[in-house]
Amino acid sequence: MANAVLPTVSPPAVDGPSATRKRPKVKPKRQNLAGWLFVGPVIFGVLFFQLAPVAASLVVSLTNWTGLNSPKFLGLGNYKELFTADDTFWPSLKNTVIFTLVVVVLTIFIGLGLAVLCNQKIKGIGIFRTLYYSPAVTNVVAIGFVWFWLYNPDNGLFNSTLKTLGIHGPAWLSDTKTALIAVMIVALWQGVGYPMVILLAGLQSIDQSLIEAATMDGASAWRRFWSVVFPLLTPSLFFLTITQFITSFQVFGIIYVMTSGGPNNATSVFIFQIYEAAFGHGRLGYASAMGWVLFVIVGVVTAIQWRTEKRWVHYDN
Amino acid sequence: MTTEATTEAITGAVRVLNRPPRHIPRRVVLIVVLLFFAVVFAMPLLWMISASLKPENEVLQSPPTFLPSEFQWGNYSQAGHGLLPFFLNSCKLAALNVGFLLLFASLAGYGFARLNFAFKNLAFALLLSTAMIPGIVYLVPQYMLFRQMGWIDTHYPLWVPNVLTPVFGTFLLRQAFRGVPIELEEAAKLDGASIFGTFWRIMLPQVKPALAAVGALTFMGSWNDLFGPLIFLNSTRLQTMPIALALFKGEYFTQTNLMMAAATLTILPPLLLFLLAQKYFVQGITMSGLKG
Repeated sequence: MANAVLPTVSPPAVDGPSATRKRPKVKPKRQNLAGWLFVGPVIFGVLFFQLAPVAASLVVSLTNWTGLNSPKFLGLGNYKELFTADDTFWPSLKNTVIFTLVVVVLTIFIGLGLAVLCNQKIKGIGIFRTLYYSPAVTNVVAIGFVWFWLYNPDNGLFNSTLKTLGIHGPAWLSDTKTALIAVMIVALWQGVGYPMVILLAGLQSIDQSLIEAATMDGASAWRRFWSVVFPLLTPSLFFLTITQFITSFQVFGIIYVMTSGGPNNATSVFIFQIYEAAFGHGRLGYASAMGWVLFVIVGVVTAIQWRTEKRWVHYDN
Repeated sequence: MTTEATTEAITGAVRVLNRPPRHIPRRVVLIVVLLFFAVVFAMPLLWMISASLKPENEVLQSPPTFLPSEFQWGNYSQAGHGLLPFFLNSCKLAALNVGFLLLFASLAGYGFARLNFAFKNLAFALLLSTAMIPGIVYLVPQYMLFRQMGWIDTHYPLWVPNVLTPVFGTFLLRQAFRGVPIELEEAAKLDGASIFGTFWRIMLPQVKPALAAVGALTFMGSWNDLFGPLIFLNSTRLQTMPIALALFKGEYFTQTNLMMAAATLTILPPLLLFLLAQKYFVQGITMSGLKG
């Protein structure tokens, strides 16, 4: 979970607890020191391991640095090359966008359905939750092993099953037409667990009296869900649209183990291109420029998501 | 159990007893739906486990059989033997990541929730803003930085940066600390407890479910990390379980049944953890106020 974004549950203002005002004994200077001792390590970490490297990356993106040569300043040369001369950039961006749209929408939608199922009071529900969540805790290499084999065109489970039905199955991962779909199926299978747990937590924190009141008023289960439960889940859903977007747009592991971007770049995504540029070809400057383009895209889309927040997200207080 | 909960339990039981028979089919439908999705989600992993127990010639047999004709438990000892050093590496990294991340995230979470200090809002905004930065953007400079520090091909890059940048953990714990009644803290202060003592002895025990949730997420992130070991480690002896699995594919195993046994061993620890902790996990996220 490297990149989760702030859920916006409570008002974002960090108002100091009124309690500290009732404690005149502690001098402000001591409080300053204590506060900074508590948050210091994390602020140091963020500055040293994230913000400083990000700033450095912007500078590196303007050079032809390989990590070994003495870098030459190129101005916007890397960016120009990326947009005009790199014939893998636009296809990989297109794949990333398709992947992100499908995965974000479907993981949240299916995750919501599973969360409702998992919120039922039935004996052994914990086992069902674990089964649904099990793909989410599985490492991508193991996932690659088993799915690679399931997708095997000749003796994989899918095509063997299709064969008994008299259907000649597709070549899945090795066909440019089906490869991205095959990878997205795996990503969905692995990706619904997280939204499911977040939405389950959302469902469990809903005040039961609200639902009972609606039942008293004679609302059907369907009606109760859409007019009472769903609006109360919108903060969790908003949180998920933001975090799922950021993680999906950076998909790497599944692609790396299943197809390495192939066949013929059919599943090549943006991060994979950056990885190749940096650690495959040693073009650190160029990879940094790609990283910044990604950063700007993520930033703009996230900002747009924040702006639409008021229109559909319902806050209780 | 409080009286309120007892009353609720009794009325609940009465409701179940009085339930008209038409409710039973609904329950059956529910169980069927639950089982259907269980099959969909668990099938690939069950398939993996089944293959891991089969004799070699049975694995690629067509048409495939679901159950092994005989259970070859020996596959596990064979696969497990080679994995042991990597298992220990993964355990070490998971322990360091979870332990230190919980420490730093709860310190910062408490600081942001309950202490007042200069530039607090700015520091918090700074922290949250970093959640939006794609990891790959700082990866290249980080790589160069670690090279300068002599950290390449050591375990440091796989835990030190993680535990010092726990954005989500800090946020979740801050929310949890804000939910603790202020009176508890006041009472500790009146008894003369120091700020750190209050935090450590009074406040931390109050947010155990949130700690469990953050700890479980951190464990899974550390255990399943692919990018970190791939980029920062070169020596085989330092590798973690997922990478070892990839290495095994090429070097050690030509046998699918052994590969599947090895894969099953790598997913077992996080799976068991979730099974044991799922209740606290969900409760911890609920507690954080990330709710409806």
